[in-house]
Amino acid sequence: MGQDGARSALRRGGIELEGIGKAYGAAWAVRRVDLVLGPGESLALFGPNGAGKTTLLKILATLVTPTRGSGRVAGFDLRTEQEGIRENLALLAHGTHLYEDLTVRENLEFAAAMRRRAAPLEALLTRVGLAEAAGERVRALSSGMKRRLALAKVMLAEPAILLLDEPFTNLDQAAVALLEGYVAEVLDREGSVIMATHDLARGYAACRRAAVLVSGRLIHEAPARVGGLEGLRAAYVAATGEGAG
Amino acid sequence: MSAGQVWALARKDLLTEGRSKETLNGLLFFAALVLLIFGFALGPDPARLEQAAAGVLWVAFILTGVLGLMRAFQVERENECLEGLLLYPGDRAALYLGKLVGNVVFMLALEVAVFPCFAFFYNMPIWGALPGLFLTAALGTAGFAAVGTLFAAMTMHLRAREVMFPLLLLPFVVPVLLAAVKGTEAFLRGAGRAEAFPWLTLLGLFDLVFVTVSLFAFEWVVED
Repeated sequence: MGQDGARSALRRGGIELEGIGKAYGAAWAVRRVDLVLGPGESLALFGPNGAGKTTLLKILATLVTPTRGSGRVAGFDLRTEQEGIRENLALLAHGTHLYEDLTVRENLEFAAAMRRRAAPLEALLTRVGLAEAAGERVRALSSGMKRRLALAKVMLAEPAILLLDEPFTNLDQAAVALLEGYVAEVLDREGSVIMATHDLARGYAACRRAAVLVSGRLIHEAPARVGGLEGLRAAYVAATGEGAG
Repeated sequence: MSAGQVWALARKDLLTEGRSKETLNGLLFFAALVLLIFGFALGPDPARLEQAAAGVLWVAFILTGVLGLMRAFQVERENECLEGLLLYPGDRAALYLGKLVGNVVFMLALEVAVFPCFAFFYNMPIWGALPGLFLTAALGTAGFAAVGTLFAAMTMHLRAREVMFPLLLLPFVVPVLLAAVKGTEAFLRGAGRAEAFPWLTLLGLFDLVFVTVSLFAFEWVVED
């Protein structure tokens, strides 16, 4: 799919996965995942370390090619229309994807150039609370400020599909509120959000559905609000056999 | 493929390099040291120096180039920036071309600074031959960087990348190196364009082939 085609179908979420699996040699990081997430829906993805959460997000982000299965992300085929997916998707990952020797503004300008977007950078900087640090090199920022800048890069993409991998790490309360507000904004414009996290309470608060991934399999998948946070905790413990955070 | 993305990536690399300056200064010093050591080893005989000069110059270019190219993808390891690059929409060939342009400009800047050291240490009257020497350096550097950029991406996650990178790269660039040395030699001897032309043509062909093959191979190299 060309760039024009990718942009014409823009700004609507939706994820469909059927039997998705990823193996590294003989080891399966993701065994078999079936998932349907509609536009305007959000999913909190819980699971112990090594469960396959990050690999699953990387498959959705086209960073990792699945070994088996098929899927569509934002209406684009996971195997054959990856450019369309990347046009419509943003990932807030473990790594901040920031260049330490560039300034805050230069990092955003670079991201805007690579996304081929004329983004309102000053407004974005103000929104994430980095307007006064715009001329600072990233190396001089605190880890919390770096996470805010990483979030600004995600906002710049205006994604229809938002993937968040442990997004609350190093964020203060104001930044958490900012992130939660942005998640709600993406959902309001019919986007889809998947948030991989160990933090059951925050995942529960931010997303409408919840799933538990164990050893590369989706063990539990239900609306997050059913049974409340305690119900979610009980389901997590039952699925993983470990204490819930 | 977007020219804007190519330029943005090349500009970002040059800006980063310009900020830290550690690589440029270090490599310049290293190149001067290579020229000096070879100069001492060859002795004061002008005929001997002239005979070896082109080869020594390219040894300095290649050794500094190997070190510079290895650095080019190291900046993408920090904060998992390569992953960030792969998330941008568009053809991944633009990532390769952006990196290549940044590497070529960086290496050429280094080479421009090395030429006066070379003229001084080897007592070579190179000033009249400079346009030809620059042309040869540009063509040779493009071929070298074309393969080097690909292999730097290929080896960036290897634990023994400092060993593997030159081991993989150097055999591939031997044809470029030979043609570049011959072209440089022709200009240094004042033999003129007629003698250098076949070598420059050969370098141009190598550049074309290496860039084309690397463009197609890059996507495969950066796949998981």
